[in-house]
Amino acid sequence: MANGVLAERLENYLEHKTHKGIFAWILSTDHKRIGILYLVSMVTFFWVGVTLGFLMKLEMLTPGKTIVDAQTYNTFFTLHGIIMIFLFIIPGIPAVFGNFFLPIQIGAKDVAFPRLNLLSWYLYIIGGLFAIASLFLQGGPIDTGWTFYVPYSIRTTTNVILPLLGAFILGFSSILTGLNFITTVHRLRAPGMTFFRMPLFVWALYATAWIQVVATPVVGITIVLVIIERALHVGIFDPALGGDPLLFQHLFWIYSHPAVYIMILPAMGVVSEIIPTFARRTIFGYKVIAFSSLAIALIGYFVWAHHMFSSGMSNTSRAVFSLLTFLVAVPSGVKVFNWVATLYKGSIELRAPLIYVMMFIFLFSIGGLTGLVLGSLATDVHVTDTYFVVAHFHYVMFGGTAIILFAALHYWFPKMFGKMYNEKLAIWATPFIFIGFNMLYFTMFILGYKGMPRRYWSYLPEYQTLHIISTVGSWILITGLAIMFGNLIYSLFKGKPAEANPWGGVTLEWQIPSPPPAENFEEIPVVNHGPYDFSKINGNSDGKS
Amino acid sequence: MEKEHKEHLIPYGTYFLVWLSLISLTVLTVTVAGIELGRIALFVALAIAFVKSTLVVSYFMHIKFDDLIFRFFLLVALVTLASIFILTATDIFFR
Amino acid sequence: MENPEISTPISISESEKTEQARHLSIPHQHKDAIGAKIGMWLFLFTELLLFGGLFLLYMAYRLQYTKDFVVAASELNLVLGTTNTIILLTSSLTMALSIAAIQRGKKKLSVAMLLATIGFALAFLVIKYFEWTAKFHHGIAPNSPELLSKPNGEIIFYGMYFSMTGLHALHVIIGMIILLFMLVFLLRGSISKTDYIKLENSGLYWHLVDLIWIFLFPLFYLLH
Repeated sequence: MANGVLAERLENYLEHKTHKGIFAWILSTDHKRIGILYLVSMVTFFWVGVTLGFLMKLEMLTPGKTIVDAQTYNTFFTLHGIIMIFLFIIPGIPAVFGNFFLPIQIGAKDVAFPRLNLLSWYLYIIGGLFAIASLFLQGGPIDTGWTFYVPYSIRTTTNVILPLLGAFILGFSSILTGLNFITTVHRLRAPGMTFFRMPLFVWALYATAWIQVVATPVVGITIVLVIIERALHVGIFDPALGGDPLLFQHLFWIYSHPAVYIMILPAMGVVSEIIPTFARRTIFGYKVIAFSSLAIALIGYFVWAHHMFSSGMSNTSRAVFSLLTFLVAVPSGVKVFNWVATLYKGSIELRAPLIYVMMFIFLFSIGGLTGLVLGSLATDVHVTDTYFVVAHFHYVMFGGTAIILFAALHYWFPKMFGKMYNEKLAIWATPFIFIGFNMLYFTMFILGYKGMPRRYWSYLPEYQTLHIISTVGSWILITGLAIMFGNLIYSLFKGKPAEANPWGGVTLEWQIPSPPPAENFEEIPVVNHGPYDFSKINGNSDGKS
Repeated sequence: MEKEHKEHLIPYGTYFLVWLSLISLTVLTVTVAGIELGRIALFVALAIAFVKSTLVVSYFMHIKFDDLIFRFFLLVALVTLASIFILTATDIFFR
Repeated sequence: MENPEISTPISISESEKTEQARHLSIPHQHKDAIGAKIGMWLFLFTELLLFGGLFLLYMAYRLQYTKDFVVAASELNLVLGTTNTIILLTSSLTMALSIAAIQRGKKKLSVAMLLATIGFALAFLVIKYFEWTAKFHHGIAPNSPELLSKPNGEIIFYGMYFSMTGLHALHVIIGMIILLFMLVFLLRGSISKTDYIKLENSGLYWHLVDLIWIFLFPLFYLLH
């Protein structure tokens, strides 16, 4: 800012208001504001889910009743699952960081359908409210487990239709986001931004978007059928009327397995962003990682029935699905090797985002490897429906996706808000999270292996010691989460102003001010090199493509 | 954009021909259903339905004259749907 | 010139690319008809998978209850089913003709064809209404004592019949409403020779409704 010269700075998106007051937020079609709207609502739902988890772990301290009865416990794990899965992890990274950064990373001013984008958020909120509403209506909260298997979901007297409608609406929100992202990637890339010059985060979002569009409708119809079965007794899944509960499971998992790739692919995309930046060199095997995202999305459609190995399927299908499940682990493994190879001989800067990424690699690998135990038919029949499964999916979903969501929060915090978070506090949170997490969930592998079934309110006394360790772990974990969120919220208001490029990143979001201007770019950039080109910074040819 | 629409106007007559084919195929499928074909009756009916739908998608929905990307997208969706059917069949056909 | 986003833009000059990108990436300032069409096709895929789930169930239950399915299917009215098939196929024709007309600037013809399409949609629904009420009149309805007294396979057949034709009919109604809106746009001129993507996309939706019926018809009415 030179003296006497009016520096013409573009209004950043937080200053640029299209309406007054709160309407500047809830009526805005700016993808950045919509990302923030998702962030705030998602974090709120997350802490409701954490509270439910906290209460569940308290109950598990003793074999009999600790704080709630069995029926209430059933509603706790149901709502914990519904909230964490449909309101947190599935929308997760795409809704917050995809919305905020996809257009910027491809050099666009917004997504293809900005108003549809806002509608997606409205649907998210409405769906969430429907789901929570069942807590307060007659009949009581839903108690079927988040998987709402028939015939119980048809018979239970608790409120099923409302949360299921909520889930349907949330599915629509997800579909519209996916539709928006696919069109955006195809139509709005800046000049010179070929598919193979797109950042890997964009590739990940693109692959995810296809799953959102193609897989979600299947659970949509499943939900509709359960609702009309309950309301009209049509006769589709009810075994008393000739229905086959196993068909429900097929339809359910045909979506819900690809759904886990909706959860993890964007997280893997974020890892592919953070590692080059903090290793200060280009990603190892860019094209392979890009294709592996597509491969995971595709193969992910072929494995769903590994959730049904002991349900009564034919032996042929059990063998087929077990084999296919091994296949889907390969592209994920490839990514891990490439990430580690990128770090090798890199110029590592160990900041909070990278620490979270390293935590992710450790935790996600455990989750992935135990997935092989579950995918293998012979071992699965012993540990299915036990705490082993619970541990596995928390390692991949929480230790995987959620940890990267935290990493992304730190990585992109300065860009989104123009403020810097406190690095010391950020790092201090990590041992609490890491130790708490492993105490909470690793014990569950052992519990499951020893025979502790999942979703059980009571258990035999010999399991108690491990349960107690697990619960104490939950307290340490929550402490870590509180430090982390507390730091970020405090820094939002009192953090030091951040520069445009605090990490020395080379993707497009780091070439614009922090926070970004309302329309992202003064002029649409023209791209003439690959996304991880550190050659200018390193003074070599590293990264040019 | 505009240039794509100027490129290809399908003559009205083509649409009529497609419609005639569709009606004929409908007549065919109803007639064939009356013949005792046993197990292959279902496949014949589905084959005719498949031909009808190809006509609708190619001409009425214009995909034959649109950019290749649309056909590619449709292929992705159909392949996914087909694999869902095939893999489910490995269960229900072998119980 | 090819669509730039399909091939690598080596053949287009930098300034042309910049112009194009500026055009496309400014929100609300330039309509992207191809983008809108992509969005619509993606939405159609969701409908394909939605009904796909139902067809999957049908496949499983028909395998399990083949004889019961044949018995129950013989109670459906083949004449009405075939008539409805022809009605929908013809409505697809008039839909396509409506778009073809506006592409040539023939507004009156376009309106007439659109009205015909809406008329056919209504006819379809009327016939469906009579089919269903006839069933109800004979005591065949979800959860009715008459239906529950039948073998399980027949109960499931009717469960699939009511769900699938019901969901389809819902889509016909939605399609009709969309076409009514398009009629208004057409009359007002916001759909015109130079900008008819809304009508095209509505047409795509309408053809999907037709496509679903093309498969429903043989699976429910032609079981002999």
